[in-house]
Amino acid sequence: GEIKKETGFSHSQITRLYSRFTSLDKGENGTLSREDFQRIPELAINPLGDRIINAFFPEGEDQVNFRGFMRTLAHFRPIEDNEKSKDQNGPEPLNSRSNKLHFAFRLYDLDKDDKISRDELLQVLRMMVGVNISDEQLGSIADRTIQEADQDGDSAISFAEFVKVLEKVDVEQKMSIRFLH
Amino acid sequence: MFLLLPFDSLVVNLLGISITVLFTLLLVFIIVPAIFGVSFGIRKVYMKTLLKIFQWATLRIERGAKEKNHPLYKPYINGIIAKEPTSLEEEIKEIRRSGSGKALDTPEFELSDVFYFCRKGIETIMDDEVTKRFSAEELESWNLLSRTNYNFQYISLRLTVLWGLGVLIRYCFLLPLRIALAFTGISLLVTGTTVVGYLPNGRCKEFLSRHVHLMCYRICVRALTAIITYHDRENRPRNGGICVANHTSPIDVIILASDGYYAMVGQIHGGLMGVIQRAMVKACPHVWFERSEVKDRHLVAKRLTEHVQDKSKLPILIFPEGTCINNTSVMMFKKGSFEIGATVYPVAIKYDPQFGDAFWNSSKYGMVTYLLRMMTSWAIVCSVWYLPPMTRQPEEDAVHFANRVKSAIARQGGLVDLLWDGGLKREKVKDAFKEEQQKLYSKMIVGNHEDRSRS
Repeated sequence: GEIKKETGFSHSQITRLYSRFTSLDKGENGTLSREDFQRIPELAINPLGDRIINAFFPEGEDQVNFRGFMRTLAHFRPIEDNEKSKDQNGPEPLNSRSNKLHFAFRLYDLDKDDKISRDELLQVLRMMVGVNISDEQLGSIADRTIQEADQDGDSAISFAEFVKVLEKVDVEQKMSIRFLH
Repeated sequence: MFLLLPFDSLVVNLLGISITVLFTLLLVFIIVPAIFGVSFGIRKVYMKTLLKIFQWATLRIERGAKEKNHPLYKPYINGIIAKEPTSLEEEIKEIRRSGSGKALDTPEFELSDVFYFCRKGIETIMDDEVTKRFSAEELESWNLLSRTNYNFQYISLRLTVLWGLGVLIRYCFLLPLRIALAFTGISLLVTGTTVVGYLPNGRCKEFLSRHVHLMCYRICVRALTAIITYHDRENRPRNGGICVANHTSPIDVIILASDGYYAMVGQIHGGLMGVIQRAMVKACPHVWFERSEVKDRHLVAKRLTEHVQDKSKLPILIFPEGTCINNTSVMMFKKGSFEIGATVYPVAIKYDPQFGDAFWNSSKYGMVTYLLRMMTSWAIVCSVWYLPPMTRQPEEDAVHFANRVKSAIARQGGLVDLLWDGGLKREKVKDAFKEEQQKLYSKMIVGNHEDRSRS
């Protein structure tokens, strides 16, 4: 009931995801650990797999319960038409464009200081390309990216700058997962 | 207490009579046909009746749920989320296209690239192709076994009574019957093969050995109430060939061996299995390995090659997946058996999970628990397709050949053809796959080697 309100998933979707949660929970203690996620082969081969797994765990914790699981997944719910015109008084839904962008921003922002520094960008780039690109080349890519995005001259990308760079990207569609039912 | 005495002898008499009757029935209806390989068709009738009952039960549950306004949990076999089968390149290009009007052919990095990995990752968290193959398949209609019911609430009296009746029949009537049959089958196998082993080598021994094996496997088939439909029996494996099949449970062996005479390959176990294995090898040459020898791939390959090259020896039965998969997909075949160079006879086995799920989840159940579960299901229904033989083409390597055979089996059995290794059940995935993904992505941001000089 509460989860439905908070995340916006339908009852059957929640049931299905709960079934998925329990099947991943090998220890059967109602929470998932990082190892439980890493057991999914297709996730383990994703270059950003570890960053994504990290997004589920709140600061300093090693276990995520079902509610936390659903809250994170809720970011990827498609934006429905009837929600777009909702009143601005209520709290922003988890799957709003801004929250989706925030999720992606957090993947880059390793130390959670709300800024993507050159170092952080380099590290994430390194994760994505493995050993196939040299340090210098990667460095120049990072520099160029920051140069293009940085507007206040602090050699880092803040969330606002991040949003500006991606303002034309169809975030709603690219960061949404459609349910079959 | 003294009143019981006159009843005692009566009870004992009744017991004696019923046991005798039971055994005579057993003999007439089950063992004798097994010896001759004919069937009365009782099992088919049983299956049809059960199907009708299951359909009725499912309708009742649906009706009951509607009346009470309970949402019904329906398992979906095709996954719960919509996944697009696009490649890494296409997806990332799509994202960039919507983001900017820049020329798309120049390789470069965009902040939006991360969206692709992000979404893919979350998709696999919600629903992935691999981990669900290692647990039993979910059914769409209920088969009156509480182990498969997700909606089990008190729906109606009739349904509960039916279920209770089912429990009674399965545990008190079918189970003892099946155990008795299994016992008969196994002991006959052991004694029969040992006896045949004493005969001098020759046609007589071969003939007897063949029939002893077939007979005992047929009894075991009836012990599980397995209803098997064989297709294309003209493609059955011949001497000097290798028979490969998809693996769902140890019962696969019994199912295939009751229709053909094979040489088994495997590791020697202790206990009852070991006794059976040692007895079987006396009557005809099977290929059993000591535990230490199994690790030595060359030794294994050598012994298999020797066996295959001797045309008088039987076709070998191998399950190249290496582990039990839940019969919704076929996973990577280990290439060892495909390197030998013999003719391969693929066989597809598909179980109908309605009557009893044959999948052995070895991390959840041990062998004995598994067998008990099998014997307390309604029946094991499956179809076996013998596919036409395949040989390795001259330019083909073993891995490619293995994949070709795997696709043929998957196609015939209606299973999903996966490239993932069945060993992922227990082990972590190799880093090589991640490195592949990384390599692909690197190309997108710096282009191929020739382009490097430009930037």
